[in-house]
Amino acid sequence: MCPVMTNPPDDLTVTKAGLDARGAGRVLIIACGALAREILDLRDANGWSHLDLTCLPAIYHNTPDKIVPAIRNSVAEHRGSYEAIYVAYADCGTGGLLEAACRDLDVEMIAGPHCYSFFEGTETFAARDEITAFYLTDFLVRQFDAFVWKPLGLDRHPELRDMYFGHYDRLVYQAQTNDPALTALAETCADRLGLRFERRFTGYGDLATRLEGWAKT
Amino acid sequence: MADEEDIILADLNDEELVEQMFDDLYDGLKEEIEESVNILLERGWQPYDILTKALVGGMTIVGNDFRDGILFVPEVLLAANAMKGGMFILKPLLAETGAPRVGKMVIGTVKGDIHDIGKNLVGMMMEGAGFEVVDLGINNAVDAYLDAIEAEQPDILGMSALLTTTMPYMKVVIDTLVEKGIRDDYIVLVGGAPLNEEFGKAIGADAYCRDAAVAVETAKTFVGRKHNQLAAG
Repeated sequence: MCPVMTNPPDDLTVTKAGLDARGAGRVLIIACGALAREILDLRDANGWSHLDLTCLPAIYHNTPDKIVPAIRNSVAEHRGSYEAIYVAYADCGTGGLLEAACRDLDVEMIAGPHCYSFFEGTETFAARDEITAFYLTDFLVRQFDAFVWKPLGLDRHPELRDMYFGHYDRLVYQAQTNDPALTALAETCADRLGLRFERRFTGYGDLATRLEGWAKT
Repeated sequence: MADEEDIILADLNDEELVEQMFDDLYDGLKEEIEESVNILLERGWQPYDILTKALVGGMTIVGNDFRDGILFVPEVLLAANAMKGGMFILKPLLAETGAPRVGKMVIGTVKGDIHDIGKNLVGMMMEGAGFEVVDLGINNAVDAYLDAIEAEQPDILGMSALLTTTMPYMKVVIDTLVEKGIRDDYIVLVGGAPLNEEFGKAIGADAYCRDAAVAVETAKTFVGRKHNQLAAG
């Protein structure tokens, strides 16, 4: 049987509105919208048709205080409809509150501080100890203006660049896929921020292994 | 806007000028703030009054609107930059004129963390509130804090972190203070985006401060309490 290929959700939708579950499948993944494309890709590639996906708006990346209440709501909303629910978030700036909430809700999440960490592999990422690196993923490269440039006001006030990025020395593009156009775009992001560019292919890292485990449910 | 461009700051009376400074701070107009500070100095205003009535007054409005979701980080940074321009003129004059000093703070971002926007805002607002601030910058290991508090003998130690991965280092610093038997000699305030009140309590800080305005009020309260205790003792 050929794997079913899901059309990737458009970035604008997952950024602002998130993604609704299909209502099909035994296992629900509640994820950050920034991971929607990657999770659907993994599901399709592995034939995990029993996995359903719902996403919170990816823009919560910039306001992490919205993540925990939204996860609680989503778990409460879907609990009765699935055999198991998992949370495809790392800490993501919640300062440990998401971990506490997941423990309280009895749902598993992904270990590590954020997606930059689990794409690279949390242990590898921690060992690098790169405190002067600014990270972008495939999603964040595509949505650089919406997640970085405009919210930081750099479109209106480029003079703020040094206040935000004065202590950074490089932009690391963690590539989940091999896409020359995306790499070129990432390089322009580095140029715009005045940072040295480095590309690092990560694939899906710990996201893939975590999903594989959850898919066995 | 034509109307705003037509305003001649020197033509405004004191009250109007201070009101205009509130607007200019809000709009992040550094040059206008510097000009207004110089005008008020020429009119015989005390540096301390310019600082508290015009600059801090204006930044308080900015801080309130940030807290209420009306202003966002870029606007606050522009306002802070404008205030910094005014402070740069006033700072040497404040020292000369013996402005009241509320207390002293050593502040720095913790080891492994290079983010300093919040810390810098806190430092500036603390200076505006009459605190002497010793800024250790970014990426501070425990020894940097220990050396600074020994050399400076501050009332307050402030620590900042933006990352989930670096915020636990605050506990390392506090635990070291405890080990050395000097924890209670200092008021320890912590802040940063991923922190929360529970975390502040869990690591043994005196308080978690949500933003710069809260940091100033918390610092004043704790320093006032400390002075009262000393007076009572």
